[in-house]
Amino acid sequence: MAMKLALGPILYFWPKQQVMDFYRQVAEWPVDMVYLGEVVCSKRRALRLDDWLQIARQLTAAGKAVVLSSLALIEAESEISVLRRIAQNGEFLVEANDMTAVQNLKGRAYVAGPHLNIYNPESLALHHDNGARRWVMPVELSQQALAEMQQHRPAQMETEVLVFGRLPLAFSARCFTARAEQLPKDNCQLRCGDFADGLAMNTRDQQAFLTLNGIQTQSATTCNLVRAIPTLRELNTDVVRLSPQSQHMAEIVALYSQVLGNSLDPREAESRINRLSCGSPANGYWYDRPGMEWLDEDRLDDLFIRQR
Amino acid sequence: MTNRIELVAPAGSFPALRKAVDNGADAVYIGFRDATNARNFPGLNFDEHTAAEAIAYAHLHGSKVLLALNTYPQAGSWSTWTDAVDRAARLGVDALILADTGLLRYAHRQHPQLRLHLSVQGSATSYDAIAFYREQFDIKRVVLPRVLSLAQVKRIIANTDVEVETFAFGSLCVMVEGRCYLSSYVTGESPNTCGACSPAHAVQWQETAAGREVRLNEVLIDVYKPQESAGYPVLCKGRFEVNQELGYALEEPTSLSVLDILPELVRSGVSAIKIEGRQRSPAYVAQVTRVLRQALDAAERDPDNYTPRKEWITQLDKLAEGNTHTLGALDRQWQ
Repeated sequence: MAMKLALGPILYFWPKQQVMDFYRQVAEWPVDMVYLGEVVCSKRRALRLDDWLQIARQLTAAGKAVVLSSLALIEAESEISVLRRIAQNGEFLVEANDMTAVQNLKGRAYVAGPHLNIYNPESLALHHDNGARRWVMPVELSQQALAEMQQHRPAQMETEVLVFGRLPLAFSARCFTARAEQLPKDNCQLRCGDFADGLAMNTRDQQAFLTLNGIQTQSATTCNLVRAIPTLRELNTDVVRLSPQSQHMAEIVALYSQVLGNSLDPREAESRINRLSCGSPANGYWYDRPGMEWLDEDRLDDLFIRQR
Repeated sequence: MTNRIELVAPAGSFPALRKAVDNGADAVYIGFRDATNARNFPGLNFDEHTAAEAIAYAHLHGSKVLLALNTYPQAGSWSTWTDAVDRAARLGVDALILADTGLLRYAHRQHPQLRLHLSVQGSATSYDAIAFYREQFDIKRVVLPRVLSLAQVKRIIANTDVEVETFAFGSLCVMVEGRCYLSSYVTGESPNTCGACSPAHAVQWQETAAGREVRLNEVLIDVYKPQESAGYPVLCKGRFEVNQELGYALEEPTSLSVLDILPELVRSGVSAIKIEGRQRSPAYVAQVTRVLRQALDAAERDPDNYTPRKEWITQLDKLAEGNTHTLGALDRQWQ
């Protein structure tokens, strides 16, 4: 089976028109799967479930496999009821990013999303028994961890790995964008909508460090594992996920697609993608190193020699 | 009161456990000396022999011992975690505090008589999530993440028959526990994988012209002027620049304290309140446990006329990060 290319959910708060325009383009892009919906904050209601379903149907008509994604942090009653409506949509597969979602999806096929903390084969088996048919590896795990998981994964369980985009690192009850704007969360004025790729948080010596995206904290760096595509293929990864940024996404998708189709050398693609991404590149987690690190081939050789 | 609220205190060593028990903890939670728990710090925690002694001491004095196995095992080291579950069962702990679903299933199947609590690291923030863990592993108690408002805590209690434990005092995680990779992003080690956040071996202090710099694996977390007190550089509590303004972009150094709202917690129906701090000294454990014992007794005796005593607040603030306290997410304004 050829490895499939997936586009993750938009993690930022873009205006409705921008979202609609974006997915009109996505319909033409060489991606096999598209994850849709709000994962970060329930106050972002520019698009309602019916709007997402409409986009989902358009993308399905364009030949894409669509998955409805869901919130990573579920606290309020209103969030539970929206989740239940998503779970009961009856049309599209759903990605669970919280056990609230699993509780509402169990017994049916679902995607176990990247925020469910599946770190070992026994957890994966548990989700399989509850209906999961695909799982997304937590971003802090390495290629060694993936190899071990792949050895033990249940039959009919697909594996997906995030290979491009800012890393989702944490969620909080607190909205850090509102805090930066000196607004209380209950009157946030949806300021996260002003930052199409999140709000930069730098260290005191002006190094880019993290990205504030409402209640979510992301890396300032952009993960890029295009070099690892041959290894991901050897490990029988089924799906690789690209997390959208506001600019150059069509080109980035095209470059990944060419690498998957063996028409472009991964190293060539790597340097081209790194020039298009909104943060400096990172691939540390993949090599079992701090996630913020970027290991080029020379650095990897050095590490390998030192470890021996 | 028909059901007394349990006061759960931390212990990173046998002396700390003795202090907790002697100062009125109804239960003490401990961990083994390895990566199976979320306070995997050098020199801390219990080997099997000490754990047995500690459990005997606690039981002799009428306190329970809960054992935290609340990190996420991976395939290569799976047996370290299952061995720890078996060892805990053998030792006769009163409950296991688990986070990983695989390990919960193992413990539930292998030791069906053993009481299971869902760790705060399990990130259950809704009654539906709690119902999942209840149905699948028969958990008896859930420790709620420090991201819920008091109203949300009450709603959960009203919609579950699982006992609810909330944090009462100690260091404040600003992120949903079990869902934070900030530490591994910077240092390679996270609470989930290694039981460590902002580990000490990655901390670098340096005196510079600008002040005392503290870095975590080269990343500048803060700079302290000579008159400023410098805390441990937990990376979410440093000063950073956002919109060209320097400040505590994520959270100030501060500790959680629920002293002010104890009567509301009592009325809400929580089953237990918990003190954070297995990494703290026996003296710290003794003082915090003593104050919270007095405060909880007062709040349970007469919730309508409870006010926190001044000396309680002073004593706890002295022990708190930044010598100040907050209700954290329990208070919506904080969010």
